[in-house]
Amino acid sequence: MSERPVLAVEDLTMHYSIKAGAVRAVDGVTFSIERGQALGLVGESGSGKSSIAMTLLRLLPDNAQILRGKILLDGVDIVPLSEERMREYRWNRISMIFQAAMNSLNPVYKVGEQIIEALEAHLESAREESIERVRRLYDVVNLDPGLIVRYPHEYSGGMRQRAIIAMALACEPDLIIADEPTTALDVIVQDHILREMRSIQAELDMSMIYISHDMAVIAEVSDVVGVMYAGKIVELGGTADVFHSPIHPYTRSLMSAFPSVTGKKRELGTLTGEPPNLLDPPEGCRFHPRCPYATDVCSNQEPPKVRRGNHWAACWNPQGE
Amino acid sequence: MTLDIAKLVPSLDSRILLKVEGLRKYYRATANRFRRNRGLIHAVDGIDFEVAKDESLGLVGESGCGKTTTGKLLVRLIDPTAGRILLNPGQQQPTDIATLKGKPLKAFRRKVQIIFQDPYESMNPRRTIFDTVAEPLKVQKMGGTLEHLDRVSHMLELVGLTPPSTFLFRYPHELSGGQRQRVAIARALIVEPAFVVADEPTSMLDVSIRTGVMRLMEELAARLGIGYLYITHDLAVARYVCDRIAVMYLGKIVEVGETEELLQRPKHPYTQALLSAVPVPDPTFTRPPVRIKGGVSVPVDPPDQCRFYSRCPLADDFCRDNPHPPLEDKGAGQLAACYKA
Repeated sequence: MSERPVLAVEDLTMHYSIKAGAVRAVDGVTFSIERGQALGLVGESGSGKSSIAMTLLRLLPDNAQILRGKILLDGVDIVPLSEERMREYRWNRISMIFQAAMNSLNPVYKVGEQIIEALEAHLESAREESIERVRRLYDVVNLDPGLIVRYPHEYSGGMRQRAIIAMALACEPDLIIADEPTTALDVIVQDHILREMRSIQAELDMSMIYISHDMAVIAEVSDVVGVMYAGKIVELGGTADVFHSPIHPYTRSLMSAFPSVTGKKRELGTLTGEPPNLLDPPEGCRFHPRCPYATDVCSNQEPPKVRRGNHWAACWNPQGE
Repeated sequence: MTLDIAKLVPSLDSRILLKVEGLRKYYRATANRFRRNRGLIHAVDGIDFEVAKDESLGLVGESGCGKTTTGKLLVRLIDPTAGRILLNPGQQQPTDIATLKGKPLKAFRRKVQIIFQDPYESMNPRRTIFDTVAEPLKVQKMGGTLEHLDRVSHMLELVGLTPPSTFLFRYPHELSGGQRQRVAIARALIVEPAFVVADEPTSMLDVSIRTGVMRLMEELAARLGIGYLYITHDLAVARYVCDRIAVMYLGKIVEVGETEELLQRPKHPYTQALLSAVPVPDPTFTRPPVRIKGGVSVPVDPPDQCRFYSRCPLADDFCRDNPHPPLEDKGAGQLAACYKA
């Protein structure tokens, strides 16, 4: 813990302005990632997972504002950086694998060319060097180097996703953000890709943020898990702690609603209601209208952080223990 | 009730609601100005199965295995290339859905309904919930507007959209994904179908809402005696909603069995691989490595051998030289199409 974290996010708050007001998509989010660590962010649609990713990369649309907070990348706050300076960080220090990115390859260029293009935009390397580098990258992600001169349509979905991973790795970033990297893939391909990503991460001692709605994927890839609800991280801790002794009632209901093919078949839990509208989120704890343990205080005061070792949750009525 | 032996024999079958025999759907592979005709895609290639009353049969497999095509064939959104689809096969004169035309086809549409995956795209955004749910009644000319109002209200209540009066005259965009999927279920069930094809009805829904919709479908099945074909890629979901599961691979059913039996003791090497690839929501659980390689191909004019041959860890010369294996009983009523299992 003596080393400086690769990424430290402090009180990050980002809103989108729309006609009807401000959508409070990311609200006071704090977390950090050590070198070589994988953080999983899990939550339902609209909980702010992808908004966090876009904020970390500073790839926000015009109507989004970072209102508060710091994003410390190796100690440097990137929030106030100019777009020009930011470009030096993107791909070099922090890169991203988008959801369904395999469909974002340009169909009329050879895949290898597209990776070389990304390389040349960020590193001033000679062409031979770049080609050699792509060759090595293909090796890392387990793609046949013969495919470098092939077009995207000649790749299968899984192969395209590997090429996208190769592209994200191209500039040897310290941190990769993977937003639903396997959501559009079949389970067998998903299994290959996830195994590969984990072994690459270990090999290169890279830090990762995995974003997914799939609890099972998050359980398998992350060292640390953050559970998101309505723009906030409501629980954060070591993966085994969060899965085996969740503190927050929301985390508990997510776990109990998630089916598994293995183990004893248990009754699936269900949650009443719907996630809140982030234009006008509930006062106090944002989960209180759906929470089976809610008390009066939950509806008017922000919940405190309850800590158990390195594991915490923001809740008035912590569960377990 | 009279005891008539002749009538007793078919009554053994009377719980069977739907029987599919040798169902096939072939598509011509793309032929255009740049490409010559490249043969036939065997999307569904001779499948047989049965669904009983208030039974839910899961059809699982990877994308491109033919599961959605099968669903569309059963409701005759597309026409089969060959095969029979019998509704109420235990009756004296079962209906063969596969060859229906004209009026009988329209009458049949009352009996079988489909629920689609995407609750955002399966509804006309300019129609109110009432219009959406009442449409099948109008098409089938069942009752007048007042009766429609009655039935739609009742149906909305059944699917948990209460009180119905607050939903009747709203538009789809005012509802959440979970609520829309409930509307889709109401629309499918309003004509009191005997059989429903549900094509990934919960895969677009968030976990916290999904269980509610899954439960609703189960309850309604039991209450109304509906049979389901539940199409999904998610084995964990299938475990909770299906009584039996059929696993499809490249147009063939490779294994069928009781849900728990099939999940605990899969016989076919493909089912085994598929199961071992499903992530487990328990960080201390270590999954065994998946033993197959490569991805799913497109079955264009497939050779007459086991469809799984090229990826199978057990395959040998016998598998190479023999036709695709038939579904055989491998114990406990579990059928698998494999020479080695």
